[in-house]
Amino acid sequence: MFKHESIETNSGMLIVLTLVAISIGGLVEIVPLHYINETVEDVKDPVTGLDAVRPYTPLEQRGRDIYTREGCYLCHSQMIRPFRDEDLRYGHYSLAAESKYDHPFQWGSKRTGPDLARVGGKYSNEWQVQHLIAPRSVVPESIMPNYPWLKETDLDLSDLEDRMVALKRVGVPYSQTKVEYEANVKKFGEEVAKKLDINQAEVNLLAQAQAGNYDANPTNVSEMDALVAYLQVLGTMVDFKKFDEDYFIQFR
Amino acid sequence: MATPVKDPLTGAETTGHVWDETLQEFNNPLPRWWLWTFYGTILFTITYWIMYPSWPIGSSYLKGMFNDITYKTDAGEEKSTHWNMRALLAHDMQNSEEALKQQEYLAKVGAASYEQIAQDADMSSFVRSYGVGMFGDNCAACHQAGGQGVVGQFPNLVDDDWLWGGDTTAMETTIRGGRLGYMPAYNTTFDTTQMNQVANYVLTLSGEAPVDAAAAAEGQKIFQGETGGCYMCHTKEGKGMHAQGSANLTDKVWTIANVSAAETPEAKLDAVKAVITKGVKRQMPVFGKEGRNLSDTEIKVLVAYLQQMSAGAGAK
Repeated sequence: MFKHESIETNSGMLIVLTLVAISIGGLVEIVPLHYINETVEDVKDPVTGLDAVRPYTPLEQRGRDIYTREGCYLCHSQMIRPFRDEDLRYGHYSLAAESKYDHPFQWGSKRTGPDLARVGGKYSNEWQVQHLIAPRSVVPESIMPNYPWLKETDLDLSDLEDRMVALKRVGVPYSQTKVEYEANVKKFGEEVAKKLDINQAEVNLLAQAQAGNYDANPTNVSEMDALVAYLQVLGTMVDFKKFDEDYFIQFR
Repeated sequence: MATPVKDPLTGAETTGHVWDETLQEFNNPLPRWWLWTFYGTILFTITYWIMYPSWPIGSSYLKGMFNDITYKTDAGEEKSTHWNMRALLAHDMQNSEEALKQQEYLAKVGAASYEQIAQDADMSSFVRSYGVGMFGDNCAACHQAGGQGVVGQFPNLVDDDWLWGGDTTAMETTIRGGRLGYMPAYNTTFDTTQMNQVANYVLTLSGEAPVDAAAAAEGQKIFQGETGGCYMCHTKEGKGMHAQGSANLTDKVWTIANVSAAETPEAKLDAVKAVITKGVKRQMPVFGKEGRNLSDTEIKVLVAYLQQMSAGAGAK
């Protein structure tokens, strides 16, 4: 049945066997990563012992949704590789742990624009807003499109809880029950755990938008508020000053 | 195996497959060079498996041997480990020729005074080449590649006007800790008449002709009195204070109201009114330890670079 001639002259079987042959290549590279202990780094604050990387708050998560909706990933990667030139330009290389709650991750490999893995805190909120509305007003040589509608469009909150429940199903530790909440308190501390409670999602989102006032318009919560909140948290969760560089090398 | 089929014309062996009645395929041996290259790649693979991290085994993997990388931990301890990108980066950052040269210069600049840097051709040219990268990464997004800023948003760094002070200490403080520029909005404090009076007065401070001279005189009282309280930050003379980041209104340098670009006196007045109405809220991010984590030496390089860019920097 598997003779050379019978495979070559039977296109259905040729397709199936080709797929099998190709998948082996992928599987032997990907599957073991799920079993190797060091793949995702264990990053705990050395003082408090709490997890440094947390899931996004509701506002940041909605910002992330807008990031994917607008296709930002088509031009921007979020993955700083461990090379000297990237370290000098973008900062510390990305850890696997830093995107463990990303579904899907935004690593990417096409950099038409710069990498955004550590853009959080690099620019002020005003700059981010101005740059999104009219990139060339602050970076004359930029080829990024304008996104003026973000500031004028109210953030849709109608399916906020559903979005978080969906992410919870794929493993992001948002909490719905008391037990889950308590587990989060233990893992992330009370302050963070409160923000991960799906039952309080809208209250938390409005509070963060109010306090952050990212788009300088306190009267509404716009898509700009959410997107800038997301951009400002990128790459800021792990405080590398608290770790010996050697600690991360040991995971490889 | 079927018995070999031979092509009747050439006598060469064929694969025995026949298409379209007569189309056949010679079963020639592979070219020698190709075959040896193929065996070579297999040998290469085996060497690679031995030297580099390769096969997974349960919850671990073959780490590779004969290929260790030595690096220093932050604590200063020397360590050797199997080959991996992270250790290689640490090794490169500590030992590559460029990195060592850079460290040498950074140490030299870190220990020198600003005067010494400016007078030493070697250090000056290091500041120029290292500074342009630092400035591009950290500053140019707002202050623009040439340091000219954007009127209304980000201050110009190449004029001789400094909101927070232009001496090297003040510049270092600004970069290290960031700045929050704030002027309250006066839309609820002033009625239209008062707004008009204050705006007219502010224009005269920089030698612009007021639209309404009588109003300007009234505006002065509001500016210097308790109704407006403008003097509290801008001083009675309107010269501003570096400690507050309040603008000097008398130097004809307009950083927020774009008076210089306005053509008619009315347009200039409107530009000033807009700023007083809305107020100002600007933020420069923190670049020191609490923020972008630039080292003291890197901040020094930036200040020295700014001194080169702007004749006024570091002068006062």
